[in-house]
Amino acid sequence: MAGNYATNFLESENSMIKNRRFTKLAIAAITCCFALTAQAGPAEDRQAFLDAYKWKFPNVPQEEFINGVYAIDPVGRENWEAIEEFPPYETFIDDGRAMWAKPFANGKTYKDCFPDGPGITHKYPHWDKQKGMVMTLPLAINECLEANGEKPLPYKKGPINNILSYMAFESRGQVTNVEIPEDDPRALEAYEQGKKFYFTRRGQLNFSCATCHLQNTGMQVRTEILSPSFGHTTHWPVYRSKWGTVGTLHRRFSGCNENIRAKAFEAQGEQYRNLEYFLTYMSNGLELNGPGARK
Amino acid sequence: MIKEIKSLAAATSTLALVSGALLMSSAAYAAEGAGNIEKGKAIAFGRTQGNCVTCHTMDDGESPGNLGPPLIAMKARYPDKAKLRAQIWDPTVANPESAMVPFGKYKVLTEEEIDYLVDYIWSL
Ligand code: HEC
Ligand code: HEC
Repeated sequence: MAGNYATNFLESENSMIKNRRFTKLAIAAITCCFALTAQAGPAEDRQAFLDAYKWKFPNVPQEEFINGVYAIDPVGRENWEAIEEFPPYETFIDDGRAMWAKPFANGKTYKDCFPDGPGITHKYPHWDKQKGMVMTLPLAINECLEANGEKPLPYKKGPINNILSYMAFESRGQVTNVEIPEDDPRALEAYEQGKKFYFTRRGQLNFSCATCHLQNTGMQVRTEILSPSFGHTTHWPVYRSKWGTVGTLHRRFSGCNENIRAKAFEAQGEQYRNLEYFLTYMSNGLELNGPGARK
Repeated sequence: MIKEIKSLAAATSTLALVSGALLMSSAAYAAEGAGNIEKGKAIAFGRTQGNCVTCHTMDDGESPGNLGPPLIAMKARYPDKAKLRAQIWDPTVANPESAMVPFGKYKVLTEEEIDYLVDYIWSL
């Protein structure tokens, strides 16, 4: 039902009008599923999500969305391609490779925690039935460190980004494939919490993630073009010129929350983990291409 | 407070027709009106205040966004100034899905700042 509108509209409409219509449609599409969660499940949500972006950007091939704003901004893309020739995140990958190889004080290494590693980024986030929570890769890394008597790493800035960059690099080409296991209703509940977070307006400026990255994607605030959320999770950590370094996905969540004058939630706390679960599920089928670079 | 000044001004401009002395105070009001517009502009452009240029093309604002429509010919589009004020105070009344900030309702700007702002926007 939600998908029907996708092909119905004329491309000749000017973008402003198109955007207005899109707003109503996208919201109708998503809120319809929101309201009907009993019938419509994550698969239908994802289809509605996809259709909304396909309708908005009919000429952008699906696999391009992993490139964020550069999938829809030809000018920014040129600069970005130039940057990617000498990727600013390269040294972080190298540092991460060294971290991976270096034994802990007890002689063990990351490999003992992650026998399939390092290229396992696509296995996260996942529902951990035993713990009854969404497990993310940064959490798993700290769990590994602590189990081996090492100090856990901060979740937004610093060396966690090195090890994550290395693992992301080794996972390039793997495909996002988040599952919401049906044998544990708490998994669906976590997904629903994440979805609710995404659509809830907050902060003094009264925005939801959806306001910017779904309803108004492609529009400009000042000189920033708002990227689609489809593909948001494929390329972390990201080297951001504004940060002058690499940062985690949850650092980005915090930044976007603070921009709307909302209090940021705790990195790797339940809210952001569930949000990551929802957002990554939305990007199912997309290739991983981390680490990334953004302006 | 502002409203009082305005009705006072209306009164003075009528009286001004018959009284030279009052004509002078009318001129004084005109100067103050321009002052309000200046103040309103500063609020509209202030990055931590209105920051309207983030989303609207308006006046001489540099690198405007396009999330909202251009703010031009405002008197023609809002003959009723109170409607314009209401749109800025809480745009979610007219459009529940509005991406515009409810500047009054969420106390991003004070009532007084909004009054100045409306004077300015109405002059565009
Ligand atoms: C007021 C607008 C606004 C809101 C609200 C907002 N963002 Fe953003 N976000 C931006 C801008 C601007 C950027 C930088 C340009 C871009 O990539 O979209 C950005 C970037 C991002 C990125 C990085 C994209 C990439 O490819 O690296 C992610 C992820 C993101 N936002 C997620 C969120 C989430 C999740 C929320 C809600 C918690 C949110 N944003 C709320 C404006 C917003
Ligand atoms: C984050 C984006 C954003 C910001 C900041 C913003 N607006 Fe808006 N504005 C919009 C959008 C989007 C609309 C379209 C109508 C709607 O959705 O509410 C709009 C509509 C309007 C309208 C109605 C225009 C019409 O054609 O009827 C006025 C007036 C207005 N804005 C004034 C302002 C003023 C004054 C400020 C700053 C104090 C401001 N806006 C800041 C997004 C914004």
